[in-house]
Amino acid sequence: MAGRVEGKIAFVTGGGSGMGREHALLMAEEGASIIVSDVNEAGGRETVSMINSKGGQGLFINFDVASEAAWQAAVNQAVSTFGRVDILVNNAGIFMMKMMADTTGEELDRMLNINVKGVFYGCKHILPAMQKAGGGSIINISSIYGVIGAPAASAYQASKGAVRILTKSVAVEYAPYNIRANSIHPGVIRTPMTRDLMATPDSEKAILASTILRRAAEPREVAYPVLFLASGESSYITGAEIMVDGGYTTV
Amino acid sequence: MAGRVEGKIAFVTGGGSGMGREHALLLAEHGASLIVSDVNEAGGRETVSMINSKGGQGLFIKFDVAKEAEWKAAVDQAMASFGRVDILVNNAGILIMKTTQDTTGEDLDRMLDINVKGVFYGCKHILPAMQKAGGGSIVNISSIAGIIGMAGAAAYQAAKGAVRILTKSVAVEYAPFNIRANSIHPGIIRTPMTQDFLVNEKTEKAFLGTTILRRPAEPREVSYPVLFLASGESSYITGAEIVVDGGYTTM
Repeated sequence: MAGRVEGKIAFVTGGGSGMGREHALLMAEEGASIIVSDVNEAGGRETVSMINSKGGQGLFINFDVASEAAWQAAVNQAVSTFGRVDILVNNAGIFMMKMMADTTGEELDRMLNINVKGVFYGCKHILPAMQKAGGGSIINISSIYGVIGAPAASAYQASKGAVRILTKSVAVEYAPYNIRANSIHPGVIRTPMTRDLMATPDSEKAILASTILRRAAEPREVAYPVLFLASGESSYITGAEIMVDGGYTTV
Repeated sequence: MAGRVEGKIAFVTGGGSGMGREHALLLAEHGASLIVSDVNEAGGRETVSMINSKGGQGLFIKFDVAKEAEWKAAVDQAMASFGRVDILVNNAGILIMKTTQDTTGEDLDRMLDINVKGVFYGCKHILPAMQKAGGGSIVNISSIAGIIGMAGAAAYQAAKGAVRILTKSVAVEYAPFNIRANSIHPGIIRTPMTQDFLVNEKTEKAFLGTTILRRPAEPREVSYPVLFLASGESSYITGAEIVVDGGYTTM
């Protein structure tokens, strides 16, 4: 029985761990071949290995999304291997908790380089590969922190707010190519990136204070919305924001 | 192979035509039993007939969503037939294209009665049925008209804005019952409700406004997002707005 992205070619950045790995695995389960990228080589290769061992097809590319030249080379490699790309999940990102007063110039640069330029260059350089496919779906992982304000994450917030809106720009520009672009806004998700924040029951409760479902999500609960946006079932959804936050932004 | 809402009991208002019919049919295709309601008896019975003829199970209840007593009786009847309700799609609604100046008191009352009270009473009276199910998913159909401003639909906008936010209130109140509530915001969809505005290419273009996909949607393109919200795949999504508008609100 055909999977929901059967025969599609999907490119997932930051696929070596956490949510990125789940996005890659779920789409592979639903029939896509996956290009997994990460600077974490061991994790990325492990994700591909998991895909291949279940009968899927995966390719690992180690590259830094902050480098435009590296993006261009990675897309070229994807196209020479698979001929096209149908789905791009810009998931690679870093997180930093610091008050604005303590944020250094280097820290801000790093955040903008990876979280904003990484997504921008991905959207820019995937275009020819999606044109070869006759269309496509771009899914940019933003955050609730790209929607509402919170303390001690101003650089992260700037970067995720940028992703939220640049996604709409891409949606407008790429509509003539039959390419949709949407952003996903995860709330508190149980991944390596949030492990320290939820290290104790008290700290977990504090970070979940505004989450009306009163729990963190498992990565797969974000991977299913990614799958939905990647597949043709969301054919009339573009330029939109999907909150996957257990109601955090609702209150 | 199990459907994505296999074994669930779904209640769809306004299921006699247009989007409501598609929601009912798709949920049935994915394994749900359907309670279809409408004031349009012929249409509602036809939807149930279509469901039953494909091996599904459907029940038609004719009632006016604007009447609290009728809502209560309808839920009682659903419980007597199925024992519980897992999914509620508050889809029944009317459109009146009139400016603020031209809207009469009766127009406004009718709009608020059907589009707001109809949804409110549905959310209110479905609770015991969902408690019997141990949880559930409420999907309220709002509109892009509940998000951005447009000329000539003032009462409709008030109603759809109300639905957008009352959904969040329901999400907060019902979270302890394991019930999620989300709103869907369709753009321009090809249904009986819009057929007068899509009568030729010129009117269609005007009506499409800033829809960046440059076409109306088919009803099924809204039903798939409804299915997504109805199913467990959206388990971490509550109080959210899913905009299904071909990018209309993006510009």
